Amino acid sequence: MAAVNNAAVNTAAVDPNSLQASLKDALLAALLAGALGLFFLGIRTDIAPGGLAVRTRWGLLLTAMAIVFAGRLLLNLFVFKTKRPVTRAISGSMAGTGSALPTLGWWMGRGLFGFALVLPFFFMTFFPGQQRQYIDLAILIMTYIMLGWGLNIVVGLAGLLDLGYVAFYAVGAYSFALLATNFEFIGFWTALPLAGLLAAFWGMILGFPVLRLRGDYLAIVTLAFGEIIRVVLLNWYDFTGGPNGISGIPKPTFFGLEFSRGEGGFADFFGIEFNSIHRFVYLYYIIFILAIITNIVTMRLRRLPIGRAWEALREDEIACRSLGINTTNTKLTAFAIGAMFGGFAGSFFATRQGFISPESFTFLESAIILAIVVLGGLGSQIGVVIASIVMIGGIELLRNIGFLSQIFGPGFDPTQYRMLIFGLAMVLIMVWKPRGLVSTREPSAVLKEKKKIGADMVAQGEGH
Amino acid sequence: MEYFLQQLINGLTLGSIYGLIAIGYTMVYGIIGMINFAHGDIFMIGSFIALAVFLILTTVLGFTFLPVVLLIVLIIGMLFTSAWGWTVERLAYRPLRGSFRLAPLITAIGMSIVLQNFVQVTQGARVKPLPPQIQGGVTLMEGSTEAGRIVVQLSYMQMIIIVTTIVLMTLFTLLITRTSLGRAQRACEQDRKMASLLGVNVDRTISLTFVMGAALASVAGLMFLLLYGVIDFYIGFLAGVKAFTAAVLGGIGSLPGAMLGGLLIGMIEVMWSAYFSVEYKDVAAFSILAIVLIFLPSGLLGKPEVEKV
Repeated sequence: MAAVNNAAVNTAAVDPNSLQASLKDALLAALLAGALGLFFLGIRTDIAPGGLAVRTRWGLLLTAMAIVFAGRLLLNLFVFKTKRPVTRAISGSMAGTGSALPTLGWWMGRGLFGFALVLPFFFMTFFPGQQRQYIDLAILIMTYIMLGWGLNIVVGLAGLLDLGYVAFYAVGAYSFALLATNFEFIGFWTALPLAGLLAAFWGMILGFPVLRLRGDYLAIVTLAFGEIIRVVLLNWYDFTGGPNGISGIPKPTFFGLEFSRGEGGFADFFGIEFNSIHRFVYLYYIIFILAIITNIVTMRLRRLPIGRAWEALREDEIACRSLGINTTNTKLTAFAIGAMFGGFAGSFFATRQGFISPESFTFLESAIILAIVVLGGLGSQIGVVIASIVMIGGIELLRNIGFLSQIFGPGFDPTQYRMLIFGLAMVLIMVWKPRGLVSTREPSAVLKEKKKIGADMVAQGEGH
Repeated sequence: MEYFLQQLINGLTLGSIYGLIAIGYTMVYGIIGMINFAHGDIFMIGSFIALAVFLILTTVLGFTFLPVVLLIVLIIGMLFTSAWGWTVERLAYRPLRGSFRLAPLITAIGMSIVLQNFVQVTQGARVKPLPPQIQGGVTLMEGSTEAGRIVVQLSYMQMIIIVTTIVLMTLFTLLITRTSLGRAQRACEQDRKMASLLGVNVDRTISLTFVMGAALASVAGLMFLLLYGVIDFYIGFLAGVKAFTAAVLGGIGSLPGAMLGGLLIGMIEVMWSAYFSVEYKDVAAFSILAIVLIFLPSGLLGKPEVEKV
């Protein structure tokens, strides 16, 4: 509409929808890209004997400018400066499927669950050579799904933007590691609930001071808390081992059976041939069950008064308080329960790695988990799964694709670009669909009929 | 006493750098009410541009007269860093104006990750050392303690930093109080809708706010490079959090507050490292951030925020 109005006003001037205007705009964008990239793409400083040396890469800079020019031109021609943008056609066709989406999500959830249930056997049957690698990747993705679901309680349901979630992950991991290395009789299964409780306790402790804060301030203070915990872990040598971390964390046992070769091991007990893959399959099922527990608990809590209070808090804190909801308890339970699942995931991380150090609990980790929650759509459970698979799994798989290294040279390592892609996706998806990829969410409590709050309504002031 | 004086001077220098970055935070918060999380990384971008320009001028083109070289670095750095500030605002924040409150904060975090990793990918993850360029200084005081002779020195580098900060702050205050741009900014800060009804181009004003913040951050970047001589792609995170703390401590939205907060944070950090422990100096900054936000959310010079329903 805006484009049409502009055209009506500036009839004398150049038509903003003309090819000429599009070209000019694209050219400006390319020049800006050139200016931005000049000292980063065009020039590189490297450590050389006798100080820093300057190396020029004009080819790279020109390529980047050409890409920006072409991209902007295409966007101008088909989206921004046309009366019939392509995006409208797409969203138009999507609108029809919108009503079918909930059932689609339902089937998709069931499908993914079924696949996840048989996943280790699927890989053992179809990819016998790379089974270990794939199951390991699945464990990693599952860990992030669990963390995403845990954070989703705090961010997605209660609307409290927590940038220090990794602190609870760290508390869980260190609790388990310290308990297990200091006390002989504590194994994974005894330490797991303790670690979860400790993390929940820390969630309350850190949640208490920030009760009065909201929005950006809350985010920044939780970030500060997360960093404080990391710096303390890094410098408290006697207790945490400082930067050396803690090693020799015991592996989980199957009702007391260890996954070791020989007498008394898992394979020996059941009379099957020893295979190192058994331990990975077992680990996979542990995290799978933990993640499913997280999901079930979240889904059930949403139906309880406390879950509804969380959602009410997210929508409007003042209205919430005027209706007599105790916001203190509501916020603290959200922090504590979110933190508890973070703590469980942390314990699992510690037992899987067998070694932990403060390196694993940086702000970047918090940002990755937040990115997964945001990209999936705040408050959407299936969205977290999809975002984890795409963001964690997709990029790990890029590494194995041969033709990419043929294009970009043998030194090409896609994991190097992982965070860059993460950040870009965070910005683009937020700009394009501020409510995330799976953006249609249904309120848990309804009056008479269900109304969906979709991303397209947010712009009109609904569903804040 | 001498030791304390020396630390005071060091704190003042560090505080000037934080103050310059803090102005970017406080202006943006004042005008659109969001934390520009990527501002610390704009500072980092500024220091990388300064390094590149400096190396081109000295090693490739062979200039040797340092004052002129530094002036050129300063100006080019400000220009190009401003372009980055403008682009970040245009791509990540402008499309989300009017969206729900957390949306721009999330894109800001995304932008911060993008900038860090862009620099890491294009310039490498290793630190970039630059040998000290400006050496020497003036001895202010000499004293003796049991440990030995102690000298209070104000180095030329510290002098340059403090003087540049004062000059920039003066220019900046004039810009805000005397020009039409400054008036437009103050109008947008008070009421954006009303300002736009009265003919102020709000989008342009906000863009220029980001440009100015980025230009000041680039100066801070150059100073950081010259003072410490080592930069990497990650310096923006810590410096950003500390500068944000400074902005909050001074009272967010208040320009003199940002400078005051910067000086205080610089002092606290230096004194903490000098008298307590170096390892926990970041904890000091983070704790102050939490304490100020919880107990004194309007800061030292800020106005209390009125909650609108």
